[in-house]
Amino acid sequence: MSSENALLEEYAQREYEHGFITDIEADSIPAGLSEDVVRLISQKKNEPEWLLEWRLKAYRHWLTLEEPNWHNVKFPPIDYQASVYYSAPKQKPKLNSLDEVDPVLLETYEKLGIPLEEQKVLANVAVDAVFDSVSIVTTFRETLEKHGVIFCPFSEAVQRFPELVQKYLGSVVPYSDNFYASLNSAVFSDGSFCYIPKGVRCPMELSTYFRINAQNTGQFERTLIIAEEGSYVSYLEGCTAPKRDENQLHAAVVELVAMDDAQIKYSTVQNWYPGDAEGKGGIYNFVTKRGACRGENSKISWTQVETGSAITWKYPSVILQGDNSVGEFYSVAVTANHQQADTGTKMIHIGKNTKSTIISKGISAGVGQNSYRGEVKIMKGATNARNFSQCDSLLIGDRCGAHTFPYIEVRNTTGKVEHEASTSKVGEDQIYYLRQRGLPTEDAVNMIVNGFCKEVYDVLPMEFAVEARKLLNVSLEGSVG
Amino acid sequence: MIATENDAYQESFNQFQTEQSATAPAWLTELRQAAMTRFTELGIPTKRIEDWRFTNVKSLAAKPYQNVQSISLASGDAEELLQRAKLDDSFHRLVFVNGHYVSQWSTQHELPEGVVIENLASSIRENSGDLQERLSLETSDEAAAFIALNTAFVNDGALIDIPEGVVLDRPIHLIFLSVESGQTVCHPRNLIRLGKGSRAAVIESYLGREGEGYFTNAITQIELDKSADLDHHKLQHEQTDSLHVASTHIDQKDSSEFRSHYFSFGSLMARNEINCMLDGGEIVATLNGLYMPTGEQLMDCRTRIDHAKPNCNTYELYKGILDDHAKGVFNGKIFVHQDAQKTDAKQSNQALLLSDDAVVNTKPQLEIYADDVKCTHGATIGELDENALYYLRSRGVSKDLARKMLIFAFANDVVQGVEIPAVRQHLETILLSSHGLPDV
Repeated sequence: MSSENALLEEYAQREYEHGFITDIEADSIPAGLSEDVVRLISQKKNEPEWLLEWRLKAYRHWLTLEEPNWHNVKFPPIDYQASVYYSAPKQKPKLNSLDEVDPVLLETYEKLGIPLEEQKVLANVAVDAVFDSVSIVTTFRETLEKHGVIFCPFSEAVQRFPELVQKYLGSVVPYSDNFYASLNSAVFSDGSFCYIPKGVRCPMELSTYFRINAQNTGQFERTLIIAEEGSYVSYLEGCTAPKRDENQLHAAVVELVAMDDAQIKYSTVQNWYPGDAEGKGGIYNFVTKRGACRGENSKISWTQVETGSAITWKYPSVILQGDNSVGEFYSVAVTANHQQADTGTKMIHIGKNTKSTIISKGISAGVGQNSYRGEVKIMKGATNARNFSQCDSLLIGDRCGAHTFPYIEVRNTTGKVEHEASTSKVGEDQIYYLRQRGLPTEDAVNMIVNGFCKEVYDVLPMEFAVEARKLLNVSLEGSVG
Repeated sequence: MIATENDAYQESFNQFQTEQSATAPAWLTELRQAAMTRFTELGIPTKRIEDWRFTNVKSLAAKPYQNVQSISLASGDAEELLQRAKLDDSFHRLVFVNGHYVSQWSTQHELPEGVVIENLASSIRENSGDLQERLSLETSDEAAAFIALNTAFVNDGALIDIPEGVVLDRPIHLIFLSVESGQTVCHPRNLIRLGKGSRAAVIESYLGREGEGYFTNAITQIELDKSADLDHHKLQHEQTDSLHVASTHIDQKDSSEFRSHYFSFGSLMARNEINCMLDGGEIVATLNGLYMPTGEQLMDCRTRIDHAKPNCNTYELYKGILDDHAKGVFNGKIFVHQDAQKTDAKQSNQALLLSDDAVVNTKPQLEIYADDVKCTHGATIGELDENALYYLRSRGVSKDLARKMLIFAFANDVVQGVEIPAVRQHLETILLSSHGLPDV
């Protein structure tokens, strides 16, 4: 490699530091999607008959659906037959401890900044790492099991706790929910399963790290979290992918169930590969996330920092069924270069005295397009429901766009809904002020942007807040000056 | 399937074209035919179309409405309605019954030189000016089907031309009545043009009589040249069994000012669109509206503002009061194009729900492609303020009266924006009577 190339490489690396490819032998099935592929995936996972049936129902339903086109993002049609629907790193079939994990894999995670071994000792975070389609390792399992908390790969849960999975799978996001959720239901490969028994406060934060590695694969993971009466869990999710020129599809489904007095806090730092500066490559992140506050006084809180992906299409929602339940949505979405995001939330108020808060911060730079799309619905029985929404957009450069599409529907006189939105740019006077005090322009912009997002960072778990701040700075690198 | 619903319109259209064939210029026959073809292609919008998601217009629009070719004025209904519609005898007045101009009921006071206030049908007969161009309205927007339908049947309406520098001191009142028996439809088309630095005020009133339910499909096109100033009012008092679909299209040039006041009281289903194109710098546009559906009424208010050039300011305030089983829909779009730097756009929508069976759907929408802009929108939905109620009650005002006072105050915000005293008084009277307040 010539020195010039090396330099270029280095420069590219700086833009997206998780863009490396792990050279590991993978067990993949040929590209394409058919009933046989669905059966094959199910067979590879050694799944019970009911799950296969469920997958097939989803697949058949998916065939009748058309891709949604109401969103404010543009991309060439996706060839669903060109994607690989199952890819697993080849390794020993069963793992008992970290020592048995392929060292190459562990190295990958170390590069990503989650040294599993180290964490075992130092950090008080239990990690479930998902590599392409399968879950690699789950740390801290014993500690968790002592408290009765189940935290394991989805495929393992299917084997070990089939009755729990069967009871809750698809109960929040049914297989017929939407185009991408149906696709996921048919071909989902793995993900995390988490069950917090009655009255237990999960002793540590749970975390899943997703990584797409293989070429031409789609990642379709499914996460299911059940918090029984009076329990509490904080769950973190992080994602990365290598740099490739093709667009890769990521269509995940996350279902949360909170019973009486239970609380789930779900935080995401999404940093899939966003494509290069010309908009080539990158992940299509089409995700369905929904939580159900089934019980009284339950609470579900979504926090997301979306810096990656070529296209983001996700609307983490809360169904506020139980009386006095609370739904929250805090979001920072960044679109730089050619990135596009159409993201927001849905708050469906069904129970009495339900409350929801929506804070959405959109940042657009380069030719990025950022849309907030949200719905607040107050049903007839939802007496004294309250909602407050705030959507702010920050524009950096004159070729980007910021858009808001809030839908509000109220069917109860006692419902109170407030929605505010504002759009502004990073002021020249603000930058001037900071530069005057000796800060380079880039740092000044970072400081302003981080201040703009403060409300969201404040609710992120500590280690995520640090990462989010760093990510944001990297994403916006070079967008000013 | 579309074909069957449109059969009544098609049949009506064929008859209309035959009758018009003797008098209509060739270009108009062609224009109407092309529009009818376009309407047949598009069909009546269904709820599957995003912009019609909350308004099931098909249930009402697909009825076999009859186009009224000539009016009899035999019953006394028309005169009675006219008396109700009149605001002030000092206004210039054009009256249309079922889409046809009635000269004996219209009054025109002395006009400054060059001012044209006449009916479209007579201009078409004279084939004057650039009518062909003005009537070929672009039909790319969401009301495309109804615009095409209006153009297919285009025949009459008001034509107003104010030349450069003229300030019209008397408002122009346009009254549209639907009185003929049967399920009738009319398609009024109004063309308003203000020259450089001119100034005028226009009021549109829509009324109808009780019967089998009629349909009004109106379009108003407004062109404002540089520094022109127009105060536009629309009072929608249609009968509560009717369908009202209307769009107002405004094209503004540099430094012009436009104020729209929309008041929606009538119709079973009323859909009103205002499309404002700010095609110049330093423009000011103010869009205010009040919708008060009760019973089974549905009112769908939509505004779209296109900031195409820099340094324009827009202000928007829409308020809704909903009672019984009423439905209110608000959709406010603001587009800020790439060149529209230094845009200042403010939008606010507030809705008051008085019944648990009423439904509000609100969608304020901002699409911004420029960076140096100030855009805000706010939407609130709720019931009457408990503290305000308590305050009034603690001063000896009965609960019922306190409620009514607060409702009146809520709506009055929009009414106070009206500058013409006769119009404002008319609205205040309606507000007071609709909530049973004693005259103050």
